[in-house]
Amino acid sequence: MLIASIPSLRLSGLVSLRGFAAALLVACFFAGPARALVEIDITKGNVEPLPIAIAEFDGEDVARDIASVVEDDLRNSGLFRPIEKTAFIDKNASIDGIPRFEDWRLINAQALVSGRVTQAPDGRLKAEFRLWDVFAGEQMIGQQFFTNPQNWRRVAHIIADAIYKRLTGESGYFDTRIVFVDETGPKTQRVKRLAIMDQDGANVRILTSGKELVLTPRFSPSRQEITYMSFAGGNPRVYLLQIETGQRELVTNFPNMTFSPRFSPDGQKIIMSLQQGGNSNIYTMDLRSRTMTRLTNTAAIDTAPSYSPDGSKIVFESDRGGRQQLYVMNADGSDQKRISFGNGSYATPVWSPRGDVIAFTKRSGGKFAIGVIKPDGSGERILTEGYHNEGPTWSPNGRVLMFFRDTPGENGGPSLYSIDLTGYNERRIPTPSFASDPAWSPLLD
Amino acid sequence: MPLAHSILKSPAILALVLGLALAGCAKQTLPDNAGGLGLTATPGSQQDFTVNVGDRIFFETDSSALTATARNTLDKQAQWLSRYAKYPITIEGHADERGTREYNLALGARRAAATRDYLVSRGVQSNRIHTISYGKERPVAVCNDISCWSQNRRAVTVLTAPTG
Repeated sequence: MLIASIPSLRLSGLVSLRGFAAALLVACFFAGPARALVEIDITKGNVEPLPIAIAEFDGEDVARDIASVVEDDLRNSGLFRPIEKTAFIDKNASIDGIPRFEDWRLINAQALVSGRVTQAPDGRLKAEFRLWDVFAGEQMIGQQFFTNPQNWRRVAHIIADAIYKRLTGESGYFDTRIVFVDETGPKTQRVKRLAIMDQDGANVRILTSGKELVLTPRFSPSRQEITYMSFAGGNPRVYLLQIETGQRELVTNFPNMTFSPRFSPDGQKIIMSLQQGGNSNIYTMDLRSRTMTRLTNTAAIDTAPSYSPDGSKIVFESDRGGRQQLYVMNADGSDQKRISFGNGSYATPVWSPRGDVIAFTKRSGGKFAIGVIKPDGSGERILTEGYHNEGPTWSPNGRVLMFFRDTPGENGGPSLYSIDLTGYNERRIPTPSFASDPAWSPLLD
Repeated sequence: MPLAHSILKSPAILALVLGLALAGCAKQTLPDNAGGLGLTATPGSQQDFTVNVGDRIFFETDSSALTATARNTLDKQAQWLSRYAKYPITIEGHADERGTREYNLALGARRAAATRDYLVSRGVQSNRIHTISYGKERPVAVCNDISCWSQNRRAVTVLTAPTG
């Protein structure tokens, strides 16, 4: 029997690919309600990965590459266990027919993905896939995409995101990018350049020349823009960089250092520290009116500010009480309250996109850990600890943290790692050289 | 890598070590074995400042308090700077690698400010002084122990090209 829903193909919308030459067309050819038997409850502590079969995709050579990226994305999330293809009984699962579910049940595949990638007459790639609930014997998703062949990795990430979302109930994070600092040269004279890559480490692109020291890039929530700190001209200041044009703009032109910038959730403000003498306080710069507003006023170091996702609160670090600790205040600077009281120093707080926890770097007993704490200061939990872990950044779904880990000594240097919010599935992200200061993009659209 | 080796690879540290070795020498001459390195300190020169006065001071972890040794060095810097008033100076504040990036930028600025304030209190005109923090971005010693970290927690007084 053929899949009856194919004739009732309907467009679900046009998706523009910012920064890419071609538009990507998404079409759903099955959107019926599915009562899924298979799903992952990712609210539990340690999830048993879901066995999933990614059948060989039919069609062009790139079909195999796309299937392979989908498989890597799902495996790397720690929530899925793609089954070895050598175990498949049905070697020729096609997207056009109903799968032989009994063959997939026998190898304990809970879900099955079939797909095909062909070249459309106009030269674009046509990618189709279906996700099947093996035990219910039902299709869960069926979608097709048209895109410029250069965007094949993005198609793979979009497919993986669709599968992730359907099976976990939460948005995926595979079609995202990471901006970070690429590091080369000796430790005493490190050359640091801004770089951008896909979340899996592919498609690395260097954004700055390396002539000047650059630090702490952060993505805009709404535009293809980065805010970062540069020592250009011997004046350490906060800048904006347009990713596609390379256009750079000075944000503050004070004689003093501005640093530790981050966007507000609506993308209209940059929050940062301004140094005056030995003190650093927190300010916002409204990008439209160009007005600076002072939020803290202490004879101390107040830095690393990060907004709550609804923009109503700000978490930051301060050593006003002695050692660095985490504080939460209202967005207008009122009601500043300390929330961390553990043994050690707490730094680089970052509010989760879900709003429920704040990630931080903790220094204690000569070690550097990455952890999370609730905004009221309860529920502190360490995810990873070692010689030097620093600078967490959240995946847009608030499920995964990326950070950098440094190694000691003359030949040591930092690398990027990701870890699940549960503290499991720690993974190194491949980069061409040493890499630090990662910042995760929002989901692309 | 032995500590001494990594330290001696840094010219600035080498100069400092020689400077310490020379403390107490009445004449501003270098030992014969340093002659080959071309280290002759003309009074009023950059080298004179680095070798005979000491261009840097060191701090305790997370601290910008000036130690007795640091104040002693800064007293000598202030004297030298008032004698050779042609130099504007930049004070670079630095932190060791055992801190987070943003905090270390602020800590370096705090150390540079403490150094600046002390020199001003000793008569150096504030308009001669520029400060900058490099945080943990420019270590001079790269071994992995306290002896290196303590050399990186520093404020360095850098002479800039004389004006006029």
